[in-house]
Amino acid sequence: MSLLRRREAGIALALLLVIGVTTVVQPGFLFSAGGWRDLLLTPAILVVLAVGQAVVVITRNVDLSVGSVLGLTAYLTGRLFIDAPDLPLVVVALAAVAAGTLLGLVNGAIVAFARVPALVITLGTLYVYRGVTLTWAGSDRIDAGDMPRAFLRLGTQQVLGVPVLTIVAAVVLAAVAHYLHTSRGGRQLYAIGSDPAAAALAGLPVRRRLLGAFALGGALAGLAGVMFAARYGTVSSGAGTGMELQVVGAVVVGGVAIFGGSGTVAGAALGAMLLLTINRALPVVGIPDFWQRAVVGALIIGAIALDRVLATRRSRRLAAARDADPPGGTTAVGPAAPGPDHDRTRTEEATA
Amino acid sequence: MKFTSVVTAGTAVVLALGLAACSGGGGEGGGGGDDDVAITMLPKNLGNPYFEASTAGAQEAAGELGVAVDEVGPDAASPDAQVPFINTAAQQGVSALVVSANDPTAIGDALEEARSAGTKVVTFDSDTEPQFRDLFVNQASAEGIADKQLELIAEQIGGAGEIAILSASANATNQNAWIALMEEKLASDYPDIELVETVYGDDDDQTSFDKTAALLQSHPDLKGIVSPTTVGIAAAARYVSTSEYKGKVAVTGLGTPNQMREYVEDGTVEAFALWNPTDLGYLATQAAAALVAGDITGAEGDTFEAGRLGEYTVGADGEVLLGEPFVYDASNIADFDF
Repeated sequence: MSLLRRREAGIALALLLVIGVTTVVQPGFLFSAGGWRDLLLTPAILVVLAVGQAVVVITRNVDLSVGSVLGLTAYLTGRLFIDAPDLPLVVVALAAVAAGTLLGLVNGAIVAFARVPALVITLGTLYVYRGVTLTWAGSDRIDAGDMPRAFLRLGTQQVLGVPVLTIVAAVVLAAVAHYLHTSRGGRQLYAIGSDPAAAALAGLPVRRRLLGAFALGGALAGLAGVMFAARYGTVSSGAGTGMELQVVGAVVVGGVAIFGGSGTVAGAALGAMLLLTINRALPVVGIPDFWQRAVVGALIIGAIALDRVLATRRSRRLAAARDADPPGGTTAVGPAAPGPDHDRTRTEEATA
Repeated sequence: MKFTSVVTAGTAVVLALGLAACSGGGGEGGGGGDDDVAITMLPKNLGNPYFEASTAGAQEAAGELGVAVDEVGPDAASPDAQVPFINTAAQQGVSALVVSANDPTAIGDALEEARSAGTKVVTFDSDTEPQFRDLFVNQASAEGIADKQLELIAEQIGGAGEIAILSASANATNQNAWIALMEEKLASDYPDIELVETVYGDDDDQTSFDKTAALLQSHPDLKGIVSPTTVGIAAAARYVSTSEYKGKVAVTGLGTPNQMREYVEDGTVEAFALWNPTDLGYLATQAAAALVAGDITGAEGDTFEAGRLGEYTVGADGEVLLGEPFVYDASNIADFDF
């Protein structure tokens, strides 16, 4: 399948279009030092969250608790700086990531062992984790003055014109994409999402993979919490509230099917960049505040509609191919191209 | 939970029995002199730096007046968490109760009971419905807040240029009232300042931060941002402090010293406003003492002397206004911790 026909290319194109149009209206959007930095920096946190969420969604699950995990770990980060000022930055960051992993494992364990839908479980832990933060923080708040300058500087520092947080997000994206596409475990996540029952029958370690996916999602939410503290410099008990919806939106816009089994983390990352760039572009081109959410909502619905249209078109084509060829012809299509399209094809074959 | 509430109830009963006798005796003796005036300070919750500052003010006033101030309060600011503390204070027969209400009605019955037992009730910071208290010490008036913010921004941008407002949510009642007043005042008193846009950060750090970025990009000539919300001003200051606009675009509004310390110290923010919670606690205690002494009854037009803050007059609905918002800048921010 040619590069241009891939879903990711479409989102990247839309992103370039948004940037292009906005830059024509207001050249500073891209060409000022701050504009360039914000363009790369703003989506960094959501990209990290979206990568984690994509891994979970690919297994036909969802993690709605990520906003609360981010809030809890961001507060933990600030708290550690206040209560243990001698800890090195790296240790604080690792502690937050570890806490996120633990919270993710709780989600994963309930989903994998109790076999309750992830939507319900993580909706529950969304409130539980937020409640823990509220109880812990109360009306207290971490202010910029409470955190070391060196840490806060990371939130905006640039290396060769690229913000540090963006580099972190890019490294996370590359590592997870590599794992999903090349490792046995990564491929098994797609298989589980395509057909959980078949995956179990085929002897895949479904529970272990689910635990792993949720733990990774939690760990990345923990990392996002650290990044949040560094970038915004203020952490209250409400940090990250409502972010789960943004993340799921980004993943869906990025072409990860909400029913699992297909999509790429690169798509999810592009979806996150597109959503946030549109968010920033709309006020610059002069769309009133109140319309901005409606535009973002329309974009999400548009993405899902596009998904649906593409899926039906492809399944019709596949059905036609099946009717034309005798059985056995399709197997030649199967292992031809390992990659997202391969998985998408397989899903559609299953549903066709 | 159950166990704790049983214990609390038990303690309250013991206290009630033990103290009923005391308060009976104290009531008779206290009628003559006011040397055993006891005031109970009941903030929304304990461990909150803002209320620690107001209690410090209360202690200061108590020291000057020679009365005793005792601080009690719940750990969390839930609507009815203050009720047991009010009941206990009433049973102790304290002279006055100084309360920041967690809820305008939930503690009403308890306050009424306390008042019928002879305790004077002063609310501060957050009022109950007027029938439940004798006085409300109001930290700021809408006009005062609007005027002070315009005064600050005008001073910081040299009296002319484009400004924008970064508010809380689009339906926040307080903020909308202040913005409407600021718009009026801008039109009449500041002809050279143009308000180019009002955006809403929803009192969310991230949203406020991103809206600030958008404001600065869509209005290249912007000279200042006014944010009448503590979340907004901190987010705007954080953005500006790490951008090329630092030192070129003024940020002011309503903020708390702890949130803004970093940005005042690094020069992003010259000055911002808020009431002074220490003064608020001081005035509330002075007012409570004046009520107990019988100098005032809480009727409109009553006047009383409030130590270092001077003379105050009770306004409509039993309200006493602290005064103009307090301005925090590099010279005094180190004195505050809330």
